[in-house]
Amino acid sequence: MGLLSLAIWMPIFFGVGLLALGRESQAHTVRWIALIGAIASFLVTLPLYDGFQLGTSAMQFVEKSSWIPRFNMNYHLGVDGISLWFVLLTAFINVVVIIASWESITTRVNQYMASFLILSGLMIGVFAALDGMLFYVFFEATLIPMYLIIGIWGGPNKIYAAFKFFLYTLLGSLLMLVALIFLYNKSGGSFDILAWHKLPLSATAQTLLFFSFFAAFAVKVPMWPVHTWLPDVHVEAPTGGSAVLAAIMLKLGAYGFLRFSMPITPDASHEWAGLIIALSLIAVIYVGLVALVQRDMKKLVAYSSVAHMGFVTLGFFLFNDLTVSGGIVQMIAHGFVSAAMFLCIGVLYDRVHSREIASYGGVVNTMPKFAAFALLFAMANCGLPATAGFVGEWMVILGAVKSNFWIGAAAATALISGAAYTLWMYKRVYLGPVTNENVKGMLDINNREFLMLGLLAIATLYMGIYPKPFTDVMNTSVADLLKHVALSKLN
Amino acid sequence: MIDKLSWIAVYPELVLLVMACLIALVDLGVKSPRRTLTYALTLLTLGAVAVMEASYALGGQTFYGFGNMVVVDPMGSWLKCFSSIALMITVVYGRPYAADRDMLRGGEFFTLSLFALLGMFVMISGHNFLVLYMGLELMTLCSYALVALRRDDAQATEAAMKYFVLGALASGFLLYGLSMLYGATGSLNINEVFNAIASRQVKHQVLVFGLVFIVAGLAFKLGAVPFHMWLPDVYQGAPTAVTLIIGGAPQLAAFAMTIRLLVEGLLPLAIDWQQMLALMAIGSLVIGNLAAVAQTNLKRMLAFSTISQMGFLLLGLLAGVVNGNQLHTESAYGAAMFYALTYVLTTLAAFGIILLLARAGHESEEITDLSGLNQRSPLYAGVMAMSMFSLAGLPPLVGFYAKLGVLQALISSGQTSYLVLAVFAVFMSLIGAFYYLRVIKVMYFDAPHSHNAQPISAPADAQIVLAINGALLLVLGIAPSSLMTLCAQSINSIVNSLGV
Repeated sequence: MGLLSLAIWMPIFFGVGLLALGRESQAHTVRWIALIGAIASFLVTLPLYDGFQLGTSAMQFVEKSSWIPRFNMNYHLGVDGISLWFVLLTAFINVVVIIASWESITTRVNQYMASFLILSGLMIGVFAALDGMLFYVFFEATLIPMYLIIGIWGGPNKIYAAFKFFLYTLLGSLLMLVALIFLYNKSGGSFDILAWHKLPLSATAQTLLFFSFFAAFAVKVPMWPVHTWLPDVHVEAPTGGSAVLAAIMLKLGAYGFLRFSMPITPDASHEWAGLIIALSLIAVIYVGLVALVQRDMKKLVAYSSVAHMGFVTLGFFLFNDLTVSGGIVQMIAHGFVSAAMFLCIGVLYDRVHSREIASYGGVVNTMPKFAAFALLFAMANCGLPATAGFVGEWMVILGAVKSNFWIGAAAATALISGAAYTLWMYKRVYLGPVTNENVKGMLDINNREFLMLGLLAIATLYMGIYPKPFTDVMNTSVADLLKHVALSKLN
Repeated sequence: MIDKLSWIAVYPELVLLVMACLIALVDLGVKSPRRTLTYALTLLTLGAVAVMEASYALGGQTFYGFGNMVVVDPMGSWLKCFSSIALMITVVYGRPYAADRDMLRGGEFFTLSLFALLGMFVMISGHNFLVLYMGLELMTLCSYALVALRRDDAQATEAAMKYFVLGALASGFLLYGLSMLYGATGSLNINEVFNAIASRQVKHQVLVFGLVFIVAGLAFKLGAVPFHMWLPDVYQGAPTAVTLIIGGAPQLAAFAMTIRLLVEGLLPLAIDWQQMLALMAIGSLVIGNLAAVAQTNLKRMLAFSTISQMGFLLLGLLAGVVNGNQLHTESAYGAAMFYALTYVLTTLAAFGIILLLARAGHESEEITDLSGLNQRSPLYAGVMAMSMFSLAGLPPLVGFYAKLGVLQALISSGQTSYLVLAVFAVFMSLIGAFYYLRVIKVMYFDAPHSHNAQPISAPADAQIVLAINGALLLVLGIAPSSLMTLCAQSINSIVNSLGV
């Protein structure tokens, strides 16, 4: 069994085991088994980074065996510089999320932990799949655990949110399914994604395919104007669910743009790049302003996610290596930072059971350690240099200015609105005198919470100060991707 | 003079016939209220027949018996094998339910089921219009009686009445269509009819006229719009154990008969029947899915969902021949067969849960009766959730590959109209996802009602079969390859025998 298979199936194996063995009364054992499973699954992914060959755009750690020979579907896995970090990120966030849910989840603990472990394996599968249908199977299967996570452990309006999440994303994916089958027939019976990159396609076919993929990935990212499910879902989802959703699941969509839309339909991508850029800028500017007026902290961070993901799609469709790499770096950084932001809200919620900004005030007085962490993540969220949030945004803006000054200038306004909504929220929640009765009795974070935030803080700072390991890995692959995108498939 | 080959062709049918009669006799002496001996003998018979059919199927040969009146081919043998297994599962799930409702007083529940299965076998193997018709009638007559088995129950009696009247009408349609074909081609034998039509000596108008009636009769049996209205009423009204008997294995027989009549007999008329199938498929997808959303009764919802699933199956059937080009015949009909098999497997699991949850005096057939099922039994909730996700067509469950196969067949035809149909079907399955999800929502997100909070107790055999049934949905979803190959090869042997 290859490393990638191990990374995919180990958490799933632990998850299924928990479903089979766990009982309500043994919640404590269940938590430990889940944590051990998550850590072991993360450790398995480390050799991937260690053994990764720089300077080649070829797929590495490739595994290929026949899966459904009738349709020429293969169990075909591999990672390149674009997907490697997401495999690691997913496994890492999974560990953090399980630590985060240690005390806040008290009902059906085994099912909760199992859902996250299985979800983690499935998402790694999405990033590692090189067979179109295998990708689709993993991509769709992630809906099942997430639907259950939102619906079982969510807030008061969870059922509405669970349905909205499921049906919105399913709608997009179904069109992608038709596109995949279409490509299969066009390519003479192959689901090999890499072979599709070289497949000649007419302009009409490319446009149709482009929009089928767009339906799937834009909803998942989510881009304006199909982003409306995200705030609703974030508000209702349990803390861990929000963290995974923001940190990893949104990346599945952005990753899809890189793996499918851009290289398979390069001409259509160029033709419609203007549209995507316009939608991305709306996300960056308009949704940023929307975030400013939120009273609910989770909603605020959710809108800020939409704005940040706008940067990612903007970067992709400017088609130069600085912006594309910047977009990918932004994806990873957002994975750390948004997870941390949601976990911070979770820490507050565990104590006061409110997500309203107005229920807090002066938290720094009672929870100084926690407030320090929160400050770091707030800074990262508004893109302060030396934090992870800075690198990607800076690369995208720099690249954007190079290709078109006005696009760069418009994108740069996000730094202002981002700083405004993040810092204003920080001020209202943490700074000043204690204004709320319930804040007075709050206890500072315990060791477990310290550990989980500490892990994310290290990642955020490390990536901000020394982003080289991240960018090094992706350079060759991005260059190769852009070569594909630059090549017309017409004639 | 009947040759030896003829007897070999019907050995399983003979076993079934003899055993059904024997069980009826043995049952006279059985005292136990749960009919343990009858039950064991029934299972034994079904198991033996399934093994016999499987060995025929693995032999891979096609041969005819009784003057070409019956045919044994891999498709038929596999369908018969799976029908027996489906009935076996049905009987295991249904026995506790039937015992609680005093339906086992006489042994009819078992003997009628066996005779119904015999009817299906004849339907599947028939290679002559009258044999097919006889099989159909044997099966449906048993079904009418089974639906009315609780004769003191007003709802069941009403359902039986509706079923009987409409079923007789549909049989009449079918018989009328068959007689027209006989009049036009001068033969009742499917091969001869095929050849007569292929030779283009017969007046097209007469053929199409007969065809319309045949398709209408078949659509009724499959439950496709606009001949679907009996289905929700009968599914809801029949005792659930019987619902499963008429909603499970007979779908396979109806599928086989459709293939025998439309493909083996009337393939030269494909362009004509495809148009009808396309309209019925669209209607079934729309009406089945939209009506299912509004249902609160689980059995009725599953009935409408069956209608929509049959719409999908019809899409597979119509993608086989494009403008007279039969390149995709094997993959399209193979996909349809895969669809039928996995649909039955999934339905068995879903109805199995309803059956095992029902207890004396309480039917448990409203969707809200499932509320909080996860807290009461994670196994049941898990199996039900898997069957719902599978019906919705979500990977990695087997229902996804069924839909995938049909979509692939449509799209690979290269016809724009079929591509549009595929996109349409995909949107309709999105509506489907909504009501399947609602069942899962009730089981996992809602708290149990007070009246159904007592612990669940089901016999061990039923629990084990249920667990296997549920696991199969997932295992076949992860590794669907062998079943797909089996379906394709079965269909292949039929297409080859047509000599086209």
